[in-house]
Amino acid sequence: MTPSPTRDFVVGLFVLVGLGAVAYLSFQVGGLSYKGPVGFHLVASFGEIGGLKVRAPVVISGVRVGQVERIELDPSLRARVLLDVDPKLKLAVDSTAAIRTAGLLGDQFVAIVPGAEEEYLKSGDQIAYTESALGLESLVSKLVTGLGSGGEEKK
Amino acid sequence: MRVRAVEAVGARTLAFVNELGRIAFFAGHIVLTLVTRRPRPGRVVQEVYDVGVLSLLIVCGSGLAVGAVLGLQGYNTLVRFGAAESLGAVVGLSLVRELGPVLTGLLVTGRAGSAMAAEIGTMVATEQLDGLRMMAIDPVDLVVTPKAVAMIFAMPLLSCLFTLTAIFGGYLVGVVLLGVDGGNYLTSLETAVDFENDVSGSLLKALVFGVLVGLIATFRGYTSAPTSAGVSRATTSTVVVASVSILVFDYFITALWGM
Repeated sequence: MTPSPTRDFVVGLFVLVGLGAVAYLSFQVGGLSYKGPVGFHLVASFGEIGGLKVRAPVVISGVRVGQVERIELDPSLRARVLLDVDPKLKLAVDSTAAIRTAGLLGDQFVAIVPGAEEEYLKSGDQIAYTESALGLESLVSKLVTGLGSGGEEKK
Repeated sequence: MRVRAVEAVGARTLAFVNELGRIAFFAGHIVLTLVTRRPRPGRVVQEVYDVGVLSLLIVCGSGLAVGAVLGLQGYNTLVRFGAAESLGAVVGLSLVRELGPVLTGLLVTGRAGSAMAAEIGTMVATEQLDGLRMMAIDPVDLVVTPKAVAMIFAMPLLSCLFTLTAIFGGYLVGVVLLGVDGGNYLTSLETAVDFENDVSGSLLKALVFGVLVGLIATFRGYTSAPTSAGVSRATTSTVVVASVSILVFDYFITALWGM
């Protein structure tokens, strides 16, 4: 087997491109690392989180600012959701965390609606105001009861 | 009459188990040469060139076509439910979890596995391996191990390249041709696919398929009958056995890995 620099170069190129593909799949597509600032933790407690999953995005006004770090059940049997967001954010203490759905059948995410107070949340703080996930069933039942009571009022 | 049927079943089973045992010993021999003998980087590079670089065109070309078909079929189904934004998730998940490693495995079996078996089989038929033994060179060490190692090494790389070109193919059809929003496609893909469940399982599958194809191709070639018919039988059975075992192992990895 005679050594051939061209062949070695081509194989080296193949290996590098292949490793690049592995890295791209792992980091970018697989989200092995979360890009962007982290380290600012907020806790929010919900009565119902629906299909919220770890790694779901946290958004403010539709802009992604972090992700769901952990979901657990607290002693009072409510869902305790740990959010990891950008430390540069100044969130007023009366901000609201709501679980929303992207489209009718899309994935669920946490939307933070900033409040108006002068005081700001610190890392580890709990968001006082939360809005639970609205399942399709609860939406429908709300609609049905709403229509029913509306009819009664008219009488 | 009935006894003879039972005998046939028994003989087949024994032959199958016997074959498994021989493959296991063969694999042990390969591992032994890997551990005890001087490594042969030059030989491995040559084999990576044959297996990996020369398979690139067919792997990437097929990836593009598979991704395009997935994009088209996924779009046609999803658009009925008004969920065309989830196209990225459908394309990405099916590729990363199943189609990427499995189709790459099948393609590489046909492209490189068959050539491997034929090459070693021809060496057996022309008594080149016996010649090596005469010179006190272990043919497994010189010929077989570099081929198997190259196959195991190249398969995950090829599988990732296949998956990426297919995602790009889906993008071409879904976004450029059918008008799904490009940001939506990539975002739904990136949120749906995660590393712990999907990408790591994909890499594991590709690695296992690399071991399967590398082992079966070299074993079939090495044990082929020293005739031209023997070489052709070794090539055929490599493609058949490797393809079937890829599909069967795919099921078990998926089930055990919890994907």
